[in-house]
Amino acid sequence: MDVQRGAGDVVTLDDLMTQARSLSEDIDFTAVTQWKARAEGRKAIGHMPTYVPRELIHASGMLSVGITGGGDRLEIIRGDAYFQSYICRIPRSTIELALSHRLDVLDGMLFPSICDVIRNLSGMWSMIFPDRYVHYVDVPQNFDVAVGGKFWRRELETLRTDFARLSGVAIDDDALRASIAVYNENRHVIRDLYRARSERPWIFPMSEVYYILRAGNVLPPEEHTAMLREYLVLAPGESDRRDQDRSRVVLAGMFCEQPPHGLVLTLERAGCYVVDDDFLLGLRWLQDDVTTTGDPLDALVDAYLNHSAMSASRYAPDGDRGRWLIDSVARNRAEGVIFAAPSFCDPALLDQPMLVTALDRKGIPHTEFKYAEDTGQFAVIREQAGTFSDSIRLWSEA
Amino acid sequence: MSAVRKEDSMLLQKQMMSDHYDRLASAHDEGRKVVYTFVPGNLNELVRSFGLLPVLPEINALQSGLRKKSGEYIAEAEKNGHSEDVCTYVKCDIGMLKKGNIGPTGTQLPKPDLLLLSYTGCFTFLKWFELLREEYGDVPVAMLHVPYQANGRIEPHQRDYVVQQMRTEVIPKLEQVSGRAYDEDRLREMLRLSARAEDDLVWTLESAKRTPSPIDAYFGGVHYIGPIFSAFRGTQGAVDYYTALRAEVQERLDAGQGPVTPEGPMGTEKYRLVVEGPPNWTSFREFWKMFYDEGAVFVASTYTKVGGLYDRGFRHDPDHPLETLADYCLGCYTNLGLPTRVDLLEQYINDYNADGFLVNSVKSCNSFSVGQLMMLRQLEERTGVPGVFIENDLVDPRYFSAANIKNRIESYLQMLDQKRGKAA
Amino acid sequence: MIDVFVGIDLGSTTTKAVVLDNDGNVIGRGITNSRSNYDVAALIVREEAFVRTRFTLVERSIGVDAGVISALERNLKLQQHLELLARLQEAMSMLAAGPKHRGHAGDLKTRLDEIAAGMEPLARQHFAAGATRRSDFFRDLAAADYMHLAEQLADPKHIAFDVLCGVFDAAILAVENLPVEHAFERHIGAALEATLAEHPDCDADGLRRAVEEARGEELVELETVGTGYGRARLPFPKEQIRSEILCHGLGAHAMFPETRTVLDIGGQDTKAIQVDASGIVTSFQMNDRCAAGCGRYLGYIADEMNLALHELGPLAQESRTRVKINSTCTVFAGAELRERLSLGQKREDILSGLHRAIILRAMSLLARSGGINDQLTFTGGVARNPAAVAALRDLVGENYGARTINTSPDSIYTGSLGAALFALRAAERKAA
Repeated sequence: MDVQRGAGDVVTLDDLMTQARSLSEDIDFTAVTQWKARAEGRKAIGHMPTYVPRELIHASGMLSVGITGGGDRLEIIRGDAYFQSYICRIPRSTIELALSHRLDVLDGMLFPSICDVIRNLSGMWSMIFPDRYVHYVDVPQNFDVAVGGKFWRRELETLRTDFARLSGVAIDDDALRASIAVYNENRHVIRDLYRARSERPWIFPMSEVYYILRAGNVLPPEEHTAMLREYLVLAPGESDRRDQDRSRVVLAGMFCEQPPHGLVLTLERAGCYVVDDDFLLGLRWLQDDVTTTGDPLDALVDAYLNHSAMSASRYAPDGDRGRWLIDSVARNRAEGVIFAAPSFCDPALLDQPMLVTALDRKGIPHTEFKYAEDTGQFAVIREQAGTFSDSIRLWSEA
Repeated sequence: MSAVRKEDSMLLQKQMMSDHYDRLASAHDEGRKVVYTFVPGNLNELVRSFGLLPVLPEINALQSGLRKKSGEYIAEAEKNGHSEDVCTYVKCDIGMLKKGNIGPTGTQLPKPDLLLLSYTGCFTFLKWFELLREEYGDVPVAMLHVPYQANGRIEPHQRDYVVQQMRTEVIPKLEQVSGRAYDEDRLREMLRLSARAEDDLVWTLESAKRTPSPIDAYFGGVHYIGPIFSAFRGTQGAVDYYTALRAEVQERLDAGQGPVTPEGPMGTEKYRLVVEGPPNWTSFREFWKMFYDEGAVFVASTYTKVGGLYDRGFRHDPDHPLETLADYCLGCYTNLGLPTRVDLLEQYINDYNADGFLVNSVKSCNSFSVGQLMMLRQLEERTGVPGVFIENDLVDPRYFSAANIKNRIESYLQMLDQKRGKAA
Repeated sequence: MIDVFVGIDLGSTTTKAVVLDNDGNVIGRGITNSRSNYDVAALIVREEAFVRTRFTLVERSIGVDAGVISALERNLKLQQHLELLARLQEAMSMLAAGPKHRGHAGDLKTRLDEIAAGMEPLARQHFAAGATRRSDFFRDLAAADYMHLAEQLADPKHIAFDVLCGVFDAAILAVENLPVEHAFERHIGAALEATLAEHPDCDADGLRRAVEEARGEELVELETVGTGYGRARLPFPKEQIRSEILCHGLGAHAMFPETRTVLDIGGQDTKAIQVDASGIVTSFQMNDRCAAGCGRYLGYIADEMNLALHELGPLAQESRTRVKINSTCTVFAGAELRERLSLGQKREDILSGLHRAIILRAMSLLARSGGINDQLTFTGGVARNPAAVAALRDLVGENYGARTINTSPDSIYTGSLGAALFALRAAERKAA
């Protein structure tokens, strides 16, 4: 199976995965450098995980670049000097990337309000790089359009002005609506992929989806959308992919510091189909299409207030903390939940007891372990996930 | 004489606390309602203007630490599935709840009638009250999102956002719970009392600019901020407390005396230190002793600013009640961006003529801790004054390694000595 | 009569002492394993350093004749060893007669005497001319010999091996915690005769005279300063205790005057210290509560691999493809190592990665303390490991450019040297 790309360019799944893998593992951000070199004066804005309004970056002609730490390939030489041992890994590897000049390709950096660590990192950034653009993106925790909405619109206006100044391109409403449409399409295809994977997880293994999604950190959204589409065509063409009757699990806790690829592989080898997850949640934070008519900032505000993904770092006004997880288990016919949270991740680990309570009330099995982005040893996780997978299959057969 | 007067303010505070917890214990029987809320940016005057009684879970947690109960509470929370990695204030509070919710003075704490989630400078607050909401069932929550001061200055739209939340979220829920209407005149009256107490607090903290300092602005300071940061701001009781405190400190100042420690008046002041970060509560006295035994006194502290930077000029303003409360919330120390925090510490080191500074880095509090290693280097570079870095925790006794901490402090003070050429 | 100034560094693994003369010259050094009784450790190490001091006096009087003096020292060590061996046998006999062994006291005593009888010739072999010893500590040598003999002589039906081990463990503790005094004065006679027999051509009269003078010399300990991990438990008044940070800084400065940064990796902690041109500490950082990446970690790895500690470095240096190690957590060291080995990774490649990981942790402490702007002196037990030194050179070069890195075979004495210098300064100040 292959797909035609442009004039006579034939792509196989292997080719696509090689490409996606190298994009997601490239700690030198070569793709961003290349993108900038393709035209004069191009700029790129980095952002930490979870939500930032990438549409505004796109509308100003800049590239938004997702920074999700250094993974398990980056050696931390300078980053540890900035953080105590009880702080998670992602800030130290991000600092390492910056101090080793790998992020020099970025013209600015956004820090969304995900937790105190990322928040304070924004201040460290502005002290280390006093000449670079740094912005702390304080998303609202009040979901009333007249209150939190008004505040958020004002924040978006600030970003609009800042990006226009950085790029030299004023962001008019038409451009912003066009960018919204581009990201709507990207989110749409990601939703397609998640739906397809939930239906036939053996066709779309998490170990591949991982790379395909993560490539979206560095690709322009149009190219990422194309890659997702190719993957949706190519993966089902692999004749050796059959249902192996594994247990269906939802993964939770990975919305910020990303697990190493080896961990995902380990879960699959231990007998799990991942049918939903909160991996790279920022790519699909807005869960419905954003309106492309009317005032585009109002549209983004409405999408954030009313159609956002639930995450540990978002306040749940209605109090039903575990509902999204229960819904996901039901929607995806999952048999259990694996909580895989980064060590020292306050939001995920403080959230977990509430989610566990919600699952227990419904009798949904779960297991939990911690990882770090540079975890290199999976023996214990393999054992634990294998036991869990076996036990929930026994449990569902009984 | 001064030792006796010192006892006066201490006893006064103790009595205030004890009366408060007694009132809390009988609150529900007497038909009074209770609001749980957090110390930084708390809306104490607003809460009390509705006749509601505040409960501050952080205060309960630190009191549990002082009373050596926190280890047991934390273990209880961890047994119930709370991670070893996360904030021990939260776990201490949850553990206390699971073990019957007996407060620091031995009386029963009432269930909350409202959780006022003033989300100021600390992400964990949000999870904390979500957890309490689960524990207590159907308790209403009023969420007050206070935007972060990344650039260290309050933007008008941030103030508007906070005021609007008070009008649309906080006040309606306080009205609902209390059954009373919002009474702005009453609020103004309380804010007037706040400002009076605040004047005396600032005077007390700034007395440490004198040599020798009549106070320890950290280990003593945490007592001095007690009434104003917690349940008593805006009351006549707080005004009286600070009047008494000021008189005591004035007396020591006049007599050229140093701070009073748990073992009596401190010896000769040898080192003047500034400190960043909260103290440890489980071994509070042991930790303090490591300093006063060596003649080290803290002259300024950032922890005593988590409930407001009064020494930088802020006062509650009765003429703009909601706006002043918004500014108060926005301006708390942990809600300020790191560059602003470094600026403040630099000013303290200079203004208070410090010989050195301590960073007491607590595992529990990422809001304080993340970036402190960088703050240390920045401050050393800017001031030329050497700092020392200690790792610690708030209320987790497992994390207080006395030998390790003492070793560092000793090494550090000997280094200061050596640098001054006092010793060999 | 000569004035001496003593520095004692009570570390987590070893206790060291340095003796200085009036001019600040090192005239004696001693080292012993730290033990439960810190007072005794301090007494023993001081005695060791005084013994060496008297040898220095011999050298000063007859000129340095390395062959003869080292033979004399070796023979004296043999005498000390034999003395301890006798104490060991005595202690074992008492234990054998105790209530614990009532049932088989006679058999046990016979076995123990056989073992003790076997240990003496082994001891003589250890200290024979040209022999190499795996350790200079009585505990290590005696334990190896004892276990070797006990394995041969144990008999599961009567006296089992573990019974013999139990007796040894109890006896060695008792022996170690007995102070030894005047070792030179008491043993040098026998050592001298043995040495003269080995070196018939040397100037016997000159040597006898020099030894007699050294034996009769009164060493006046004017000042003593204690330091190290266990310093608070040294039986010294407070003004005679200095932080090991200050002592390391001053000691490194004395050894390498151009030092501006000191890295010390010991058993339990890692220190990065900045000093000024006169050896005064200007800033320091220590590892946090977690002891990952300290010397003890290498100890666990060595145990896990069934290697001696000093074999780790050379093996690591055989690596051609280093494995990337992300965690140097002591708690998980064993499990992680076993998993890596089971994945087929080579020991040398894993070790190479481990050494780099340890030095990476040190690099972050160095950065926290202010970086490396001039000469760096690397001290502590881990500084004797060639793979650790090589990893440090690589990483310093990559991050700070060309920097002089000093190491010394005597670097284990850095802290005690600094302490002795503080003792000397204190005496000078009092005199002034």
